[in-house]
Amino acid sequence: MTNGATKPGSSRIAALLPMLLLIWSTRAHAHILSGDAAGGFVSGFEHPISGLDHMVAMVSVGLWGAQLGAPAIWALPVTFPIVMAFGGMLGLMGVPLPGTEIGIALSAIGLGAVVATEARPPLIFAALLVGFFAIFHGHAHGTELPPDENGVLYSIGFVVATGLLHLTGIGIGLIHRWKAGEVALRLGGAGVAATGCFFLWDALT
Amino acid sequence: MRGLPLAIGLLAAATPAQAHLMNSGFGPFYDGLAHPLLSPEDLLPALAVILLAGLGGARQGRCVLATLPLAWLAGMAGGWAIGLPGAPAWLIAVATAAIGALVASDVRLPLPLVVAIATALGALHGYDNGRDLAATTGALVAILGIACSLFAITSLVAGQVTVLKAPWARLAVRIGGSWIAAVGLLMFGWSMRAGL
Repeated sequence: MTNGATKPGSSRIAALLPMLLLIWSTRAHAHILSGDAAGGFVSGFEHPISGLDHMVAMVSVGLWGAQLGAPAIWALPVTFPIVMAFGGMLGLMGVPLPGTEIGIALSAIGLGAVVATEARPPLIFAALLVGFFAIFHGHAHGTELPPDENGVLYSIGFVVATGLLHLTGIGIGLIHRWKAGEVALRLGGAGVAATGCFFLWDALT
Repeated sequence: MRGLPLAIGLLAAATPAQAHLMNSGFGPFYDGLAHPLLSPEDLLPALAVILLAGLGGARQGRCVLATLPLAWLAGMAGGWAIGLPGAPAWLIAVATAAIGALVASDVRLPLPLVVAIATALGALHGYDNGRDLAATTGALVAILGIACSLFAITSLVAGQVTVLKAPWARLAVRIGGSWIAAVGLLMFGWSMRAGL
């Protein structure tokens, strides 16, 4: 590379530009086009963050990744959106998945429990556990999609919101480097598991 | 039975997609320039190919900079001239998911394969664009605008990705690829549902 001497700071900022471009272009699109397109992105974005059971489970994935450190800290956010979208695809196609609500509640309990205990299984088991739960989450979103939305914008909003929830979890999880933060994370995991128990009770009764 | 949704999806995809060229008020060339930035269904697969080439290094980036806009341009000209139904929505969705997954996994692909992917995607997607635009006035000028816009996007994005050295920065690109793959999968489910 001839321009290998580029200042690292500027290339870092520049690296973010494609992502910003991606996000903002959809926003701009939404505003110029009719309200239907705006609804597509916004309702897709709101969907993952509107249910507490979804939200705590997504953030827990990030928390667990941060506890596990490399390579899980990056393997989970790279694989999770794809697996979840696979579940969403099944939901959209009308493939039935029994006990979705129970599965989601169990996922909050399970993910909360591994964060609370700082479980350290081999990466493959961690990925399988998270992937198994991700299918339930995606499926629920897939079947609940409103029929008249703009599909692309809805999907983008949905995926971006999910990804940002993971990144939020990873960001919070960085307090793991301090002793007090470690304890706080475990307490947070216990809280997530308790929330999951509440939703499980709700789903069963 | 497994083939049934697929067959129905194929049928549904055969209905013409709407031409969705934005009216910028500056004329068809500028409408074309704005088009890829304003329609995520075009931008996402293109971005996936560009990110893939960018991660592959400067050589792959340069080759895709030449092939993607040209293949897109050729596809659009073909779609404009022929006008028969092009690639169904589910195929575009599958291609988007697959290329996004390649970016997410950060595999090193040989240069000819990356160029072939860029050419195939550009031709397929360009064909749809050209066919959709055939009925509008100034279609050929708009087509040129779209190709110019793609060239600019490719040079900007691929150029930035090729200079990334820090592991976290490559990781950010990979996460972007996984998001594109996820959107592609959802779009596939969407196209299947639209057929039911």
